[in-house]
Amino acid sequence: MFAGLRPRRMLLCTAVLLASASGFAVSLQSSAASDIDVGNVGGMTLRLALPIRQTSGSAGRAIFDHDRLFVITPFPHSVLALNLARTDASVLWRYSPRADGMAAGLATGHVTTDGAVLSAGRLFLNTFDGHTIALDAATGGVVWDVAMADVERGETLLVAPLAIDDRIYIGNSGSDFGVRGWMAALNAATGRMLWKRYNAGPDVEVGIGEGFSSPYLPREPDLGVTSWPANAWQQGGGGLADAPIYDAPLGLLIHTTGHPAPMNAEQRPGANYFTSGLFARDALSGDARWFVPINPHDLYGFGAAGSLIPADIHWQGNNRAVLIHPDANGMVYVLDRSSGQILSAHPFLEVNASEGLDARSGTLRGNPAKAAHVNSTTRDICPAWPGATGGTARAAFAPQTGLLYIPVSRLCMDMEARQASFMPGTPYMGANLRIKPPRDSNRRGALLAWDVAAGRLAWSADESLPVESGVLATAGGVVFYGTLDGWFKAVDASSGRPLWQFHAASAIVGQPIGFQRADGRQYIAVAAGVGGAAGAVAQKEIDIRDATAARGYANAIRDLKPAATDGMLYIFSLP
Amino acid sequence: MLLIALALLACKREARELRTDPPATDALNGVVPMANRINGGLPRIFIAQGSPYENNAYQLGQGKRLYDWFNCKGCHANGGGASGPALTDGRWRYGPDPVSIFLTIRDGRPHGMPAFANRLTTEQIWQLTGYVRTMGAYSAQTAAPSRNDEMQSRPAENRAPAATEIRMPPSR
Ligand code: HEC
Repeated sequence: MFAGLRPRRMLLCTAVLLASASGFAVSLQSSAASDIDVGNVGGMTLRLALPIRQTSGSAGRAIFDHDRLFVITPFPHSVLALNLARTDASVLWRYSPRADGMAAGLATGHVTTDGAVLSAGRLFLNTFDGHTIALDAATGGVVWDVAMADVERGETLLVAPLAIDDRIYIGNSGSDFGVRGWMAALNAATGRMLWKRYNAGPDVEVGIGEGFSSPYLPREPDLGVTSWPANAWQQGGGGLADAPIYDAPLGLLIHTTGHPAPMNAEQRPGANYFTSGLFARDALSGDARWFVPINPHDLYGFGAAGSLIPADIHWQGNNRAVLIHPDANGMVYVLDRSSGQILSAHPFLEVNASEGLDARSGTLRGNPAKAAHVNSTTRDICPAWPGATGGTARAAFAPQTGLLYIPVSRLCMDMEARQASFMPGTPYMGANLRIKPPRDSNRRGALLAWDVAAGRLAWSADESLPVESGVLATAGGVVFYGTLDGWFKAVDASSGRPLWQFHAASAIVGQPIGFQRADGRQYIAVAAGVGGAAGAVAQKEIDIRDATAARGYANAIRDLKPAATDGMLYIFSLP
Repeated sequence: MLLIALALLACKREARELRTDPPATDALNGVVPMANRINGGLPRIFIAQGSPYENNAYQLGQGKRLYDWFNCKGCHANGGGASGPALTDGRWRYGPDPVSIFLTIRDGRPHGMPAFANRLTTEQIWQLTGYVRTMGAYSAQTAAPSRNDEMQSRPAENRAPAATEIRMPPSR
């Protein structure tokens, strides 16, 4: 499977590791084929532009396999299998799961889909309205379909499944609605649940026992209960914040946890474990191995959103299996994958909500002047909800440059906390937000290249709007990303020099992919269609005269028009 | 002194009906929706009472408070919309009239609007209906709800400019 993308050289050691373990978890973001390179990308041309019927949101990442391209559209979803052997890429099959319309009211911010995953001839997808579905990739026939999330309570499945061997890993979303977060493993053949572990609550339900250790937590039982006011963990949020990863040699599933609910932090005194952090679990049993609190007692709804990128790199004289995590809070973390120990943490852009890392506790020192309080407005907090990166903005790491490419939002916000009451199925927020451009600048986003080993910025490509697309770094030294104003760009991986750009019909917030066909030629595909946290402003039924509309983005993004066209899928190659 | 006394005399204080008696509550629930559940007949008592939910500042102020307390804000922001559509833009999926809005709040709508029948009293739903109708800029009202005691996010009710397309062209 995915043979065309097997790296020819050992350039991408992590990609090899993950490609064999999980299909193509990383190779999507770091493409190894080096047909397209810095010298020739300028001549890249459009090979195919295919309209994809969808109302809002981007089609996430497409999947290439044996001259077929699988595309999943945002809720209410359809899955398309396109035949690339035909010049018109005719549709082999189309599948549209029955949709629960009530879920349409739950899409706060990320009006997108994360895509599906292909493993052993089956396509696995999570629907926004709470189903995990296995399809036969050849026919589109349903192999199994299980309801995993309860839309009535505001619970959704926003992040795509992860397929490892004969298991499927999924986690829920709905922290904005006070839904208690969990991670689960399903049997890939039947959909039967193998285990489910919560991200807050008593140790037995969280999966904390003998094999668990963390240098950053007090040694006490049931922290998932005691770090909350009585019973508040039951509606405390903490669902999956971003895509999980798998480390094959260690047998670890590593995943983020989302922000605690409500957003008004004065209603939940305590550290609110295990929300807004990183968990490593034994992939077979679900038992927790380590946890790193990234934003404990999260004041701003960041969760621990941001990409998880495993890499085997040269670190201070040794080869080390690290985890690179650019977080919503504006810091790049480098951690040891086996223990969760933080090796370094540096801010990748200007922040004022925090004042550096406290090495002993592993957490950021908050800036008291930027804390939000009930019934008073705190101004100019940077970064703004939902963070400097994360969600659809997926970073990529290129081993050959040692650079991490981070799509960022440079926005700040005014925030007023309000007393929130918990009513299942309605937002459990307690915050008025007004998001703003950074002071003295209209450069609201950028693609940053971060030197991981040196812990400093290598270069940045400024953008007028927040960058919410994923990033593709190819072995040919080219980095691809898209912008909310519809540009799909290629820049030089080592310098950021612009090499090529294409204007799409709509915003790009999806994940570009690279693939190689039997003809040996490399192709780049990306979907266009507005979405993401900032892109939510460009929906037809948002009135930007209300600064708090679209969770405060109406105030910062007043210049993004509702898209005139449906979503599109574009495929490029050299002529 | 005389002026102040005169000025005071001039303000006839609005009547505040703090509790509605039970038969009135039942009657207030008696909307007669059209088959498509958009628009329909108002309960007779609504008109007999002089449509207080439309033009009494106390009732509108209550509606505004309920809008915050019952988490309408989380989905509709301060009227500008989020996961739910804007309520201030003059565009209605289900109609701008009181009966349509009352039905929307009481029974919910299929594309993501939860039903509040079990959470709110009939009277509260009318208060919310009245408040929602003042949010939109499409018509002048004779009464406005109380002022914001929180983050100002948009022109006050009744002060919003006409609903027009005021988005700017993209920067490039
Ligand atoms: C979970 C999110 C959510 C909550 C909470 C919510 N709404 Fe809604 N609301 C929606 C959605 C989504 C729609 C569109 C429904 C549809 O088209 O079927 C809607 C529709 C409406 C409409 C009709 C708009 C039109 O264009 O016709 C009104 C009025 C309304 N809501 C008022 C309220 C009020 C008042 C509250 C609080 C009591 C509230 N909503 C709470 C999501 C929500």
